[in-house]
Amino acid sequence: MATIEDRPIGFGRLKRKEDARFIRGQGKYVDDVQLPGMLHGAVLRSPVAHARIVSIDTSAALQHPKVQAVITGKDLEGLGLAWMPTLSADTQAVLATDKVRFQGQEVAFVIADDRYSARDALELIDVEYDVLPAVVNARKALDADAPVIRDDKEGQSNNFIFDWESGDRAATDEVFANADVVVAEDMLYPRSHPAPMETCGSIADYDKVDGSLTLWCTTQAPHAHRTVYALVAGLPEHKIRVISPDIGGGFGNKVGIYPGYVCSVVGSIVTGKPVKWMEDRSENLMATSFARDYVMRGEIAATKDGKILGVRVDVIADHGAFNATAQPTKYPAGFFHVFTGSYDLAAAHCSVKGVYTNKAPGGVAYACSFRITEAVYLVERMVDVLAHELDADPVELRLKNLIRPDQFPYENKTGWTYDSGDYENTLRKALDIAGYDELRREQAQKRERGELMGIGVVFFTEAVGAGPRKHMDILGLGMADAAELRVHPTGKAMLGLSVQTQGQGHETTFAQIVAEELGIPPEDIDVVHGDTDRTPFGLGTYGSRSTPVSGAATAIVARKVRDKARIIASAMLEVSAEDLEWEKGRWFVKGDPEKGATIQEIAMGAHGSVELPEGVEGGLDSETVYNPPNLTFPFGAYICVVDVDPGTGKVTVRRFIAVDDCGTRINPIIIEGQVHGGLTDGVGMALMELIAFDEEGNCLGGSLMDYLIPTALEVPDWETDFTVTPSPHHPIGAKGIGESATVGSPPTIVNAVCDALKPYGVRHMDMPCTPSRVWDAMQGKAAPPQ
Amino acid sequence: MQVTVSVNGEEHARDVEPRLLLVHFLRDELGKTGTHWGCDTSNCGTCVVLMDGEPVKSCTLLTATAAGHEITTVEGLERDGVLDPVQQGFHEEHGLQCGFCTPGMMLTARALLNENPDPTDGEIREAISGQICRCTGYATIVRSIRWAAEHPAEAAEEVAG
Repeated sequence: MATIEDRPIGFGRLKRKEDARFIRGQGKYVDDVQLPGMLHGAVLRSPVAHARIVSIDTSAALQHPKVQAVITGKDLEGLGLAWMPTLSADTQAVLATDKVRFQGQEVAFVIADDRYSARDALELIDVEYDVLPAVVNARKALDADAPVIRDDKEGQSNNFIFDWESGDRAATDEVFANADVVVAEDMLYPRSHPAPMETCGSIADYDKVDGSLTLWCTTQAPHAHRTVYALVAGLPEHKIRVISPDIGGGFGNKVGIYPGYVCSVVGSIVTGKPVKWMEDRSENLMATSFARDYVMRGEIAATKDGKILGVRVDVIADHGAFNATAQPTKYPAGFFHVFTGSYDLAAAHCSVKGVYTNKAPGGVAYACSFRITEAVYLVERMVDVLAHELDADPVELRLKNLIRPDQFPYENKTGWTYDSGDYENTLRKALDIAGYDELRREQAQKRERGELMGIGVVFFTEAVGAGPRKHMDILGLGMADAAELRVHPTGKAMLGLSVQTQGQGHETTFAQIVAEELGIPPEDIDVVHGDTDRTPFGLGTYGSRSTPVSGAATAIVARKVRDKARIIASAMLEVSAEDLEWEKGRWFVKGDPEKGATIQEIAMGAHGSVELPEGVEGGLDSETVYNPPNLTFPFGAYICVVDVDPGTGKVTVRRFIAVDDCGTRINPIIIEGQVHGGLTDGVGMALMELIAFDEEGNCLGGSLMDYLIPTALEVPDWETDFTVTPSPHHPIGAKGIGESATVGSPPTIVNAVCDALKPYGVRHMDMPCTPSRVWDAMQGKAAPPQ
Repeated sequence: MQVTVSVNGEEHARDVEPRLLLVHFLRDELGKTGTHWGCDTSNCGTCVVLMDGEPVKSCTLLTATAAGHEITTVEGLERDGVLDPVQQGFHEEHGLQCGFCTPGMMLTARALLNENPDPTDGEIREAISGQICRCTGYATIVRSIRWAAEHPAEAAEEVAG
């Protein structure tokens, strides 16, 4: 029997609406779409990391009886499509014309009757390469003798992309010069990959008669993609429809526009038929957006009794062969400058240098809000490094330096204004759940017996919900999102969103926001997304921005409907609007609660014959565009307990406690699920996942046999809890939660591993903490993984 | 070549290429797109179906090999409009997010429960360890399968969208 607790009209533990189709195998992913006459495309990729293309011979492939066309960079050059702009306003080859610049780069596109034949024909294309030396290590990318990767760019004589800094260098240097203690550490946040279970793909269907293009695509940002296609291909925007159906996980991997998508469009234009392209797993891992790859040198300054004074960071950012990272224009290093973390510092400064290497482009994410994953890792490792040097307890050190509740809104030293927080409260809750003091006692006993147990503690602050349009745009598009709410005469509703779920449960959460504001039951609200023809414009889902931005738009559009409903109710009830009072789902007359109208009655009234006041139109539909005044700043306290096998170096995550604060909690079931997923990402990054390269630029993480992702056996049963500190500027007080755990968990685990290895004198080791690398660290030979 | 494969109790005869993988036979020939494909190396398990009741990775099995065997896909879990307790369990315990790994996970769970109606959490984790979920962190999948174990004959409540 369903109870109100199971079926809340508003916020609460509502089971997901979208489950109904997924548990029956009735989800509709891109590869599930079959169109009459559809052809299949496959991409020929470069086997080498850096080479000049001498010749491409496609004649044998064209002889294949089931091949309809083969497209090369030369063909695209004729159409002006050989290169496309990236989300960072660089250029990226769609199909290589002059050189290949990373292993796996797109060289040719075959279109055949079926997917097997398309793959067969790839074997028939003969490409002659003149192999060049490759630049793989970002630290060497700017060496004078490094080969120039981007010689296609006029005036580019080295592999430099950008220099960027934040904070006050002089003030920071002064703080460091006068500090009792300064500790430095080199660390690498290695390259990893979001690797969603569904790889990337598209189906393009170009109609020659009316010049319209329908593109089914694995995209987290259908509207932004449509605009980019219009700008790149010269197709009129109103003739392009991008449909992003069910998405099998995104995690940032599906933010970018990939050459394969463009090739499917060109393929459909060339053949006059729909063309499907689905990449395989190796293509996904080798050629689509990687994550991280930040070479960092952190320094922390403190008094001898542990008051942290400043943090200073130098970064070399490895952007691969094309600068395709998706960051707001003003911030080429994303929001890395939130590396001051959760601490009240006197000064801070970072400088970031972006470089090209012969590696895949992207650097979009992996469930990371614009480089905050790297920032949080840096500061949380540095605090532990400081604790190591001072022989201080990492919890005590953090408690001494956390921003206090009375300091909010808090302006950090690099220009961010943190909206709200009660950090100590959250940390203490995590410590209680963990039984921290008892864990330390257990550790001491085990150390005496030679057993290696580690306890890692992290306090992180996220910055999500990009963002205020005067500061944040991508390719000139302000980072706003819209919501459109249609209320039908019977009081059922349709909510159109510009953001796109990839498993986050938007169809449930956003219905709950409308339900909370209007009292319409969630099952009566159809949430529509992922179709540019049916939804308003907005920048899409990544960087935990759906709830902070579209969630706000949804609350506001529902309030607009509520305000309109008040006017209509006043006409229906023949009282003035000022005399009406709202309770969830109903306007009633002040002092006469029996006299009122439900939202459903008002909806019918809005479409009926009630005489409306002068200037008031019928209907209840409304639309809004939300421009966030600030980001939201969720935070959390994480504690991890690991056991390390001293004989093999194998790390086992025994316990993981995560106390998150994302402000108002719309649906705790979904929030917990988001946190669980992010914690698992953290185990992956900290212990297993790595996209490495050899000296020639061969990708060593190109399959799931090499790129290891946690299974049910590598992760514990998560212990999650929460505190609630609403965002003061968000209409419902909510902050983003999608990526908190991915941001907070890697340093927690590494802190735990380094804590376990303290008897061996290990102060820092880079991820991933695989058995062999932990073993090396135990022998005093910790080294970066490439 | 001519093959006849029984899928969810129904015989399907087709003329196929000898190399056709079972996952593509199910998806492209029969239109049963609930079975997904996620890697090239038999690691991810989004393609798991049951062959004579045992979980198999349909990306690593030729259609010809499946001929003469009984294949169960996710589309075969619901019987006469009643959800399998495993399906209900995944809904009750939030065992899915993007839904891509879900069919394979549920079929493995069904096979496990047929063999072992009251598995421990450790046995559940072991059973699904050949499959990857990128969204849930597994804890809710374990709880979902436990829910199904605890509600074997539950008259499933309707899960409507």
